[in-house]
This record gives sequence, structure tokens and C-alpha cells, in this order.
Amino acid sequence: MTPLHLCLLLSTGLFCIGLTGALARSNTILVLLGIELMLNAANINFIAFWRYGPASASNDGLMFVLFGIAIAAAEAAVGLALIIAVYRHQKNIRLQEATRLKG
Amino acid sequence: MTVALIFIAVLMLGSAATAMVLRNLIHSALLLIASWAGVAAFYLWAGAEFVAFAQVLVYVGAISMVVLFAVLLTRQNLDDRQPAEPASRARALAAVLIGASVAGVITATVLSTSFKPSAAEAPNATVKQIGLDLMESHGATLLIVGVILTVALLGATVIAATDKKSDPEDAQ
Repeated sequence: MTPLHLCLLLSTGLFCIGLTGALARSNTILVLLGIELMLNAANINFIAFWRYGPASASNDGLMFVLFGIAIAAAEAAVGLALIIAVYRHQKNIRLQEATRLKG
Repeated sequence: MTVALIFIAVLMLGSAATAMVLRNLIHSALLLIASWAGVAAFYLWAGAEFVAFAQVLVYVGAISMVVLFAVLLTRQNLDDRQPAEPASRARALAAVLIGASVAGVITATVLSTSFKPSAAEAPNATVKQIGLDLMESHGATLLIVGVILTVALLGATVIAATDKKSDPEDAQ
């Protein structure tokens, strides 16, 4: 059991908690936060392979995590703005009630 | 070394799992902030100090504030204490099944893979080296990320802004 295995198992746990939360909860904010947890799990994988992967001479994994954090920040801002817009129209942020755009 | 990682893992996974189970949204948000802090602790453990401080600044500092504002702005009436209806309970059961099966598949794959041995010492990740990498080989990416952040924040402001046409003096 190398450190790389431990890191990958840790990120697997975090990813699956985020996946379960995003699928199970009906509150839109919690679904968005579950997606954020999955993004964090991906970042943990990048760091794990950057530090413990074979032939890790470059810093590309580190760079990818920095850019991933920036994209996650943009995603959270837009997602929460959408949630506030939906709440203003429907007075509710449950996913089951937000069927106005359903085809 | 491994003991510290297990401690971090218990903090991170425990607070994330508790946050996804609780029904109080404020408690869930605060526990998720603790989970993000645990991710930052993992980055420190792995030797990526710069990324750890970026994680603390962006997630624990900024995104948590946005999430808490969204929770408070979309506050439900306090009558949502009713028990979960059967449909949502069935969906939660299916979600747990899916999550557990995905976890099983990935865990089995990770455990059955043997990776090549890693380099003995950590890669060179001083702040100076990170700055050189960002500006030299990833300069175009840095510019594009700046444009994406600007456009996303402008778009978020436009989406969340109040509709002025609903004012009575604009409607006439």
C-alpha cells in the first residue's frame, strides 16, 4: 500500500460522497456543493500523481489544480446566481418544483 | 506520515458525509467548509503548500461566503420540517446504491493496480518555480482563465440582478 494508493482511495471516497449527495438531495444548493466535492476529489488525484506518480519531474499537475480551482470558483458563482434567479421566480429551490423549462 | 493522512481523511470524509445527510442547510454548508479545509490540509500533507493556500483562499474564504449568502437569500419558510416523501426516499436509496457501486469499482481498480515507484524527493515546487511555470509555459492558459473568471462573474451578476422592469415606474 503505497502513499499513491492511499491518496487515490481518499479521493475515491470524496468523489462518491459528492456523487451520492448530488443524486440524492433535492435542494439545489446541496447538489451544487456535491459537484464541488467531486471537483475537489479530481484535484486531490492531480496532486497525488504530481507528488507520488512515476517520473514526476514537471509541475504540470500543480498547474492543473490551480486552474481547476479557478474554474470551480467561476462555476460556483454562476451556479449560485442561477439558483437565486430560480428562487426569485419560483420562491422555491427544490429540484422537483423547477420544471418550468422542462420540454 | 500515514497516521496524519488517516486523520485528514477522517476529518474530510466524515464532515462531507455528515453534510450530505443533515437536513439543516446551514449546518451542511458549515460542514462542507470544514471538508474543504480538510482538502487544504491534504495539500499541505502532500507538499503542495501553494495550492493549499490557494484552496484556503478560494474555497474556505470565497466560495463558502457565496454559498452562505445563497443559503440565507433562498431561505425557505420554517414549515419544511415534514418527513421526506416516498419518492425522495427511493431516490436517495438509488443514489446510495449508485455511489456505493462506483466506489466499489474504483476501489477495486486502484487496489489491483501497481504503480511504478515514485521519485524519492518531492518535485521542485517553490513559489519562484511555480511563478516561472505559470508565466512561461502556461502563460496563455493563465490569460484564458482570467478571461473566463471575468466573463463568469459578469454573467453571474447579470443573472442574479433584479429585474428592473418589475418596478412600477418603469412599467408604464
